Amino acid sequence: MKIMDCPLNGPRNISEFACRGEVKAMPDPDTASDRDWADYLFMQSNPAGVVHEWWIHLPSSYWFIAERDTVTGEIIKTYPPDELFKRPNRQLGAS
Amino acid sequence: MTGSRLPAPAGSRLDRTRPLRFTFEGERYRGFTGDTIASALLANGVRVLSRSFKYRRPRGLYAAGSHEACALVQLPDEPNVPADRRPLADGMTVTGQNYTGSLARDRGAWIAKLGQFMPVGFYYRAFYRPRGIWHVWERVIRKRAGLGRVEPTTPHGYHDKAYAFADVAVIGAGPAGMAAAVAAAEAGAEVTLIDENPEIGGALTYGRFDTDGRQADEALKRLAKAVREHPTITVMTGAVCTSIYEDNWLAIDGGRRLTKLRARDVVVASGLQDGLMVFANNDLPGILAATTVQRMIWHHGVLPGQTAVVATQDDWGYTAALDLAEAGATVLALLDTRAKPGNSALAKLAKDRGIELLAGWMPQAAEGEGELERVIAAPIEGALRAADEPRSFDCDLLCVSARPAPAAALLAHTGVKLAFDPASGAHVPAALPPGIHAAGAVNGLAPLDRVIADGERSGAAAVGPAKGGRAKASRKPARKSAKASAAAPQPILDPAEGKAFVDLDEDLTTGDIRDAVALGYQDVQLLKRFSTLGMGTSQGRHANPPGVAVAAEARGDEIGAIGLTTARPPLAPVAFGTLAGRQFAPLRRTAMHRAHVEAGAQMMVAGAWLRPAYYGAPDEAETRIREEAVAVRRSLGLIDVSTLGKLELRGRDAGVFLERLYTFAYQGLAVGKSRYALMADETGAIVDDGVVCRLGDEHFYVTATTGGVDEVYRTMLWWNAQWRLDVDIANVTAGFAAVNLAGPASRDTLARLCDDVALGAGDFPYLGVRQGHVAGVPARILRTGFVGELGYEIHAPAGFGFDLWRALMEAGESFGIRPFGVEAQRLLRLEKGHIIIGQDTDGLTHPYEAAMDWAVSKKKPFFVGGRAIDIMRARGLTRKLVGYKIEDGEAPLPKECHLVIRDGEIAGRVTSSAVSPTLGYPIGLAYVPPDLAAEGSRFQIRADAARMVEASVVALPFYDPGNARQEV
Repeated sequence: MKIMDCPLNGPRNISEFACRGEVKAMPDPDTASDRDWADYLFMQSNPAGVVHEWWIHLPSSYWFIAERDTVTGEIIKTYPPDELFKRPNRQLGAS
Repeated sequence: MTGSRLPAPAGSRLDRTRPLRFTFEGERYRGFTGDTIASALLANGVRVLSRSFKYRRPRGLYAAGSHEACALVQLPDEPNVPADRRPLADGMTVTGQNYTGSLARDRGAWIAKLGQFMPVGFYYRAFYRPRGIWHVWERVIRKRAGLGRVEPTTPHGYHDKAYAFADVAVIGAGPAGMAAAVAAAEAGAEVTLIDENPEIGGALTYGRFDTDGRQADEALKRLAKAVREHPTITVMTGAVCTSIYEDNWLAIDGGRRLTKLRARDVVVASGLQDGLMVFANNDLPGILAATTVQRMIWHHGVLPGQTAVVATQDDWGYTAALDLAEAGATVLALLDTRAKPGNSALAKLAKDRGIELLAGWMPQAAEGEGELERVIAAPIEGALRAADEPRSFDCDLLCVSARPAPAAALLAHTGVKLAFDPASGAHVPAALPPGIHAAGAVNGLAPLDRVIADGERSGAAAVGPAKGGRAKASRKPARKSAKASAAAPQPILDPAEGKAFVDLDEDLTTGDIRDAVALGYQDVQLLKRFSTLGMGTSQGRHANPPGVAVAAEARGDEIGAIGLTTARPPLAPVAFGTLAGRQFAPLRRTAMHRAHVEAGAQMMVAGAWLRPAYYGAPDEAETRIREEAVAVRRSLGLIDVSTLGKLELRGRDAGVFLERLYTFAYQGLAVGKSRYALMADETGAIVDDGVVCRLGDEHFYVTATTGGVDEVYRTMLWWNAQWRLDVDIANVTAGFAAVNLAGPASRDTLARLCDDVALGAGDFPYLGVRQGHVAGVPARILRTGFVGELGYEIHAPAGFGFDLWRALMEAGESFGIRPFGVEAQRLLRLEKGHIIIGQDTDGLTHPYEAAMDWAVSKKKPFFVGGRAIDIMRARGLTRKLVGYKIEDGEAPLPKECHLVIRDGEIAGRVTSSAVSPTLGYPIGLAYVPPDLAAEGSRFQIRADAARMVEASVVALPFYDPGNARQEV
């Protein structure tokens, strides 16, 4: 069984984690076309290479981001989401 | 042969003071503690253990260890038991496998005569024309195929799982493995040493590495002592490492216990596996691998034959011949496929023993009725052909030392590529991934001192300075150069008569492989799949070297150019029971569980929880459920709703956050009020519902469904990992017990227990939320309407749950209070037209389909499912959830998922269905096409036995449309 290095809990068995798919930015819901919105919902880039994914450590309900190589299976790096989401988003959909 | 045994030091595993009785094929035999099934049978002269897979040829022990299928036997409750590994137990009842009638006279053996009609790949070629013929053949083949017989009534035996950790795991406790374990332990590592045999020592316990065997004895004594005495070495014997999974996670099958061991570094010291020499009838019982002969002598004190011929490709066969001669057998001849013996000292010793040496010879055929009686030997001429000057030897044992191959399958599991090494004539591991080390003979190394040195090197490398250890790295010894000992190609004979097998598991001959190659299956992967080479019990470990050699010759190619098929876990067959283990499942009980059991509740599983379905005996279920529902409508009921999900949200942005997650608006919700909460995911599909209560300006208490709360909680955390709003989210589901006190008498009942909350209709109206005390217990009280009567949901710290329940039951006694279960609640909510998420919705249902427009705020700037819901709404509905009633009193009651049919086509489905205890007729919820959704529309439901039932759409709720009863 693979080991994943949780930024909060350290190295743990991969069975303690779940993946929620790739990290992708939500288009502006007010201006995006229906097609853009459908792409955002249903299309995954699924590359043969490095992906950035949401993962959760289930026992502690801690979300973080993992960089993973889909070709080699190597987990390159894991880090807390605030490295990517630095500021509170209070403006969503208010435009 | 009788049951006589060789005297000590032969028979190292035996406890001769403890005899055992057992039967094989109905005959009684005796063995000793320390025997395997195979050694005890061989001691009694029994050589035929089973029949072969395809041709039903008699088969016996060939290679000791967890390898080929010839020595699989049947126990009453267990098929496919490896007779050469399973310890003999007193009273064992053993039979052979794969025969009809008796093992000695298999009534199915006629099949061998049909060999010419079963060409390689015959099941791909023979059974598919004419069309449909496969179904006829399938019944015949299914009956004959497979190995042992599964006894379906066998109880599940005890199996469990253990989790272990080590700095360094060493697989194989032979000379290299023991040396590696000691070296790693001395460098400061916690070491686990794993071996499938009952003792450590590996080949040192039976092999002779020099002329008199002293070197092996001394090495064994020294290394075994060091292993035993080192405090940080844990030894696991009788345990097969079936694979090395990612990040050095080892599955170790100990029979009754599966150990999952996580190691920082792994040293694979799995040594060699016996090879197969290919000549006519090379599968006859009485032909044994040299190591098997030696194990039988040294472990079990069994001399496997009185008159022997030894055939060898290397020096090992000489040592086996000496062992046989010294144990009292007559060795007629030693056939060495090499033109010149490798070790002149061994050759001289053999000659001194009176053994005739025939250099450049090999067996051409084995002969005998069911067992070996004769070996025909001939000198090898040219590359692979025996010349026509055979000699015949009458004997009962042919001891074969074919060139062994590195037992590298475990390494292959880690992704290591095996490359053909012309020097050793075998496939050896190439570059190793980090954390994986290979030691000793598996590296293609010999002789013993180099093997031990390589063990020490790899043990130290596993604890080198880079790993925080003290060991000094040393260089890997080079394999002997090709020039020094270019291994002769493996001699393979295509017999004019009889079958020469390359795969004993799958009954494949040299001819089969040549035919498959001639048919175009030249790639080794295709060859495997077409011919089934290497797909048997041993997964090709004995069959791949000769199979690949034949294929290479047929292709006119080098062996190295052919490659190998992919080795996959498990290394050896694993029993299903071992994988299943003890079958634990987590189960949650509410604080009131004891009260329910005492009241005669029938418990059902809801998510991970146990909940009362109803109270009373199962044969009265329908009556009791109806009574419980009626009690709520007429007077008073109490239900345990502790399993509801409960979330606490605090912070400046809590209201904004809830508006983004749920479809409704909450920023304007007054403190002390609650509002329905419907959650849709980003695709607009309904995923959960509950109630949002505002306890303070920046404090919300939110309920969720029993099965959905964990996902709701995770989803909330996920969104806020991105939004970073000022809100703290806690899942307090287990912290609160909760009940719903429902019915016209609920206010009067609550008043008896609560004096710090004003309960009057004006003071505490419908959808109000209050905090106070009930029966002295601090409580959050919610006026909810799920069942459609005046009612109070009371949430209290879980530790008080039992007392709260008891106090309410006592307070309600004079009103005829009844505890009610999930079943009655389902009826009551259906009468009110409330949906159950996951029953009345599916993975696509959006709020407009579920007729919940009222729960979707149109004023908010954003919520998670909003955009998708807008898109779907603009496209128009394709179905709608409606309430219906059935007027025909004779009609059968539809069930959930019965189909709505229009013009013979599926037009929808029923999601809830019941006879309303209050209204007295069948009602339900169903998805129907939008044009059938108007009140009064009629549609057809196909009920059980395809009976069509007419339903008519009615407005929701069915019961008390003005909500006069719940809003009092």
